[in-house]
Amino acid sequence: MEEEVRLMKGNEAIAHAAIRYGVDGYFGYPITPQSEVLETLAELRPWETTGMVVLQAESEVAAINMVYGGAATGKAVMTSSSSPGVSLKQEGISYLAASELPALIVNVMRGGPGLGTIQPSQADYFQATKGGGHGDYHLIVLAPATVQEMTDFVALGFDLAFKYRNPAMILADGIVGQMMEKVVLPPQRPRRTEEQLREQCPWAACGKGSRGHRNVVTSLELDSAKMEVNNLRFQETYRRIEENEVRYQEYFTDDAEYLIVAFGTVARICLKAIEEARAKGIKVGLLRPITLWPFPKEIIGNLSKKVKGILTVELNAGQMVEDVRLAAECRVPVHHFGRMGGMIPNPTEILEALVSKLNIQQ
Amino acid sequence: MKEEILIAGFGGQGVLSMGKILAYAGLMDNLEVTWMPSYGPEQRGGTANVTVILSDASISSPVLDTYDTVVALNQQSLDKFEGKVKPGGTLIYDPSGIHHLPTRTDVTVVPVDAMQASIELKNSKTYNMILLGALLKLRPVVPVDAVLRGLKKTLPERHHHLLPLNEQALLKGMSLV
Repeated sequence: MEEEVRLMKGNEAIAHAAIRYGVDGYFGYPITPQSEVLETLAELRPWETTGMVVLQAESEVAAINMVYGGAATGKAVMTSSSSPGVSLKQEGISYLAASELPALIVNVMRGGPGLGTIQPSQADYFQATKGGGHGDYHLIVLAPATVQEMTDFVALGFDLAFKYRNPAMILADGIVGQMMEKVVLPPQRPRRTEEQLREQCPWAACGKGSRGHRNVVTSLELDSAKMEVNNLRFQETYRRIEENEVRYQEYFTDDAEYLIVAFGTVARICLKAIEEARAKGIKVGLLRPITLWPFPKEIIGNLSKKVKGILTVELNAGQMVEDVRLAAECRVPVHHFGRMGGMIPNPTEILEALVSKLNIQQ
Repeated sequence: MKEEILIAGFGGQGVLSMGKILAYAGLMDNLEVTWMPSYGPEQRGGTANVTVILSDASISSPVLDTYDTVVALNQQSLDKFEGKVKPGGTLIYDPSGIHHLPTRTDVTVVPVDAMQASIELKNSKTYNMILLGALLKLRPVVPVDAVLRGLKKTLPERHHHLLPLNEQALLKGMSLV
């Protein structure tokens, strides 16, 4: 398959991108608003073309543990779900991180807590960026704002996961999962051969072969001294990721007197609000974190030295705002505006919140 | 060029597919497009709506609170979205089942009796294509030809015999305004 321009939903784009990346296996369980990922894979039948395994597991817990097993053999494997389903996967995600395994997890967030609603949300920011499961670990967390990014972050997520031997997550909101946009699909990459896999993943538990020894993948280490060494190694990996993989996008920050920080689709709604604000003479800029972990704290710190105030806009009660406050180091007031439970703020609401919370005189 | 359109009505009236066909036509015409549906359980029998944005530049927010053009296909949608049309914009509505008429005087208000027209075409499924024809006559944001090319590309081969009927419905809609 060649590069191709199509119109599709974010969820459909994830499925197409997975096949075209040469993913070895997808294990999932349906839940709104991400069911189109599994549906599209079932419709495209990649097991007949690339040989990719697509399996509807009996539950989210089973799906993540299938990912754990597949990842341990060095295969490129993934799962997707929405908030309540991702909560169920947390134990498996902690095990993947502790076993230093690459994998991709997609969360198309809906409003919680509990079963909540099927409408869009960003209330799993804490869960995705601060651990989610038990123990000291981090996922590499990517926040797409367009259907194109839903496509591109499948490849980016896997590339980073394999580079650092650490699970990656695409943290999307229900909006970008459900909306359709123009998207450029990448050309088809072949799946890795067994030889390529052995070369890329010398740690993989895929049989001795000519290696001469048996690889064991486990998260268990009963000797505390050794477990601390493991933890120190994990932390060293996280520091390397923080140094090298921070991604963000700046809009109108050159002359900005005020700053909005927002991620995912909400950042785009904020851009519209910023167009309206600038038409009224209010100089606002936008910083959109693309990696939520590692968090772009340095750039936010720098911007906090030149603006009068910062507003975060999130589909939650105020989660990323804590990281923005840490990055701004109390230099300027940092406020939060959010809607919850599946409600989406419109550009006018955001502009009103900006003016009132940052006390902007017009 | 940038056109921000909302189409709203009952689930089953073809609201989402009308938006989809318009979005495909935009794709055919090399425009940037977003198609943002209401995807709640309200689609089953209740109200459904979709926001379609067509633009020659990249599109920021897919979520809007005012629109250049609103197509309202039932009373609830008309009540809810009449006030959301930008001054100077266009409000298209289907008069069947409408008890209180729109009152705005700062927008172009156009009733399109697509229900009656679809009966004349002897196929109720042409309803949304008739409305799309009317929309494109009033707001020629994409050429009719792009709609037909979009349809041809997205319809499975086995439905291609319906293309002439769809073209007829589009032209019928255009003749109504």
